[in-house]
Amino acid sequence: MFREYQNIFTAIQVRTAPEMGVPIESQIDRTKTATFSWWLGKIGNAQLGPIYLGFLGVASLITFTIGFVIIGLNYWAQVDWNPVRFVLEMPWLSLDPPLPEHGTKVLPPLEEGGWWLLAGFFITASIILWWFRMYRRAVELGLGLHVPAAFAAAIWLYLVLGFIRPLLMGSWSEGVPFGILTHLDWTNNFSLIWGGSLFWNPFHMLSIVFLYGSALLFAMHGATILAVSRYGGEREIEQITDRGTASERAALFWRWTMGFNATMESIHRWAWWFAMLTVLTGGIGILITGTVVDDWTSWGIKHGIVPEDPNWWPVTPDSTVSTWGQDGS
Amino acid sequence: MAMLSFERKYRVRGGTLIGGDLFDFWVGPFYVGFFGVTTAFFAALGTVLIIYGAALGPTWNIWLISINPPPIEYGLGLAPLEEGGLWQIITICAIGAFGSWLLREVEICRKLGIGYHVPFAFGVAVFAYVTLVVFRPLLLGAWGHGFPYGIMSHLQWVWDTGYQYGNFHYNPAHMVAITFFFTTTFALALHGGLVLSAVNPRKPGMRRAGERVEVKTPEYEDTYFRDTIGYSIGTLGIHRLGLFLALASGFFSAVCIFISAGPIYGGSWIEWWEPLRNLSLRWAG
Repeated sequence: MFREYQNIFTAIQVRTAPEMGVPIESQIDRTKTATFSWWLGKIGNAQLGPIYLGFLGVASLITFTIGFVIIGLNYWAQVDWNPVRFVLEMPWLSLDPPLPEHGTKVLPPLEEGGWWLLAGFFITASIILWWFRMYRRAVELGLGLHVPAAFAAAIWLYLVLGFIRPLLMGSWSEGVPFGILTHLDWTNNFSLIWGGSLFWNPFHMLSIVFLYGSALLFAMHGATILAVSRYGGEREIEQITDRGTASERAALFWRWTMGFNATMESIHRWAWWFAMLTVLTGGIGILITGTVVDDWTSWGIKHGIVPEDPNWWPVTPDSTVSTWGQDGS
Repeated sequence: MAMLSFERKYRVRGGTLIGGDLFDFWVGPFYVGFFGVTTAFFAALGTVLIIYGAALGPTWNIWLISINPPPIEYGLGLAPLEEGGLWQIITICAIGAFGSWLLREVEICRKLGIGYHVPFAFGVAVFAYVTLVVFRPLLLGAWGHGFPYGIMSHLQWVWDTGYQYGNFHYNPAHMVAITFFFTTTFALALHGGLVLSAVNPRKPGMRRAGERVEVKTPEYEDTYFRDTIGYSIGTLGIHRLGLFLALASGFFSAVCIFISAGPIYGGSWIEWWEPLRNLSLRWAG
């Protein structure tokens, strides 16, 4: 009984002719075939394809490839074109932004950050082209513009990090390097340089709240829908326009649990706003760091949220050594 | 009476795990049940103790109030109330309240005849919390390795603990956890946005205000994602994916802090990567 009740994997897959999509005017740009994947079918739709090609998508893929290859070739050059080192040292390889002395010069020497600007240009072009693709596909299908809007919010954070803030700071060197470990170093140093702890930046706090909140919401929403899937709860659009017992049970679960419930439509508004606000507030937090506020610890002390005396904090014990076996414990 | 128009017919007896009919009733919108009583007990006691601890402390500044764990000299023993004993009792209350809440969710699921996915998911969050304040302190041999309960002080604890390991961003489990968090948020934006775009459609081309447009069907949702990325996971699959991503975020968060402890790994996470570089030197250098 327990196993029948829980919706975890799709046990029986039905195969029929693939769905080729809602007809559109620019049908010519849509591929004509689709395949099925048994493993994808375990968790979701088994059908792969068709896909819409078209100018924007193809141009986006080309520009992304150019940017990606520029980064890759720079990495490869850094290890003297040795393929083994290229793979094993991948985490440390990095294409760094221009040196500080180049300011916001349009194209500094290639070896001193010019490649970074070129790669950034092509990848940004690719992202913007992809945004127009998401927008055009939504418009042609007559859908609302919520997905392109959310994508735009993410692009805002990306542009703040690599373009807007470096411009305001007057130097491309403020940008983020293209590297696995080096972008983490950048993050770490960004926090240390501008006042010792980005945790005291209220927009960083908000962004983390929305990030964790998004995970919380998706856990709650995903779990709720799966729990009521035996009543057809995953047919959310139908449940929104014509409330069924799945929506009613889902709503009552939360009402009885925490005294409040969303509706089948409003939960998606909560979701959309939480995810959007993660990157919107995050972008604000980055943008004002170094431009408006250059020391978050001083800022925190001034506004009464950080103690003036660092010894005020409770002692954080050293956890790199075990307390076991010391002084009798 | 806080009852929804359709609510009365769902308010049936039964489904309880403990207590039979004794606590099988509602207060306002809330279902009570045996575990509602224990939740209320632990939550109330914990809250009172936090306020008491704040009163003993140096400040009423909401940002700076902090209930601190005991100094590590107390090891795994009990500490006096004002030296971390409060933290210990509050931790017990928190775990008691979370566990009760989880079991109350199970009772509500049984009453409504729905799956147990939500209490399971909540269990993963509780597991992450218990890892921080019980499992890891046990591993390290002192309750003092728990984190302080304060808005700013818990951030300072994260900061201090992170830098004990060089640079916490280099912790591979931390990398995985953050990747899952970002991916969850990304998927949530796509799912929320897709459903909203289908039930709040616009007419192709220009739209005049107030013009009626028919709500779109799931075929449109599938078409949008097949057109743009060549695959649509579907209405059921997206909720499985979202739940998995969210739970993986919490699970790997617990892993990344648990492995950052002397008995497991007490060095610098930056240096943890060096063997890979040495391998490269040996093979290709």
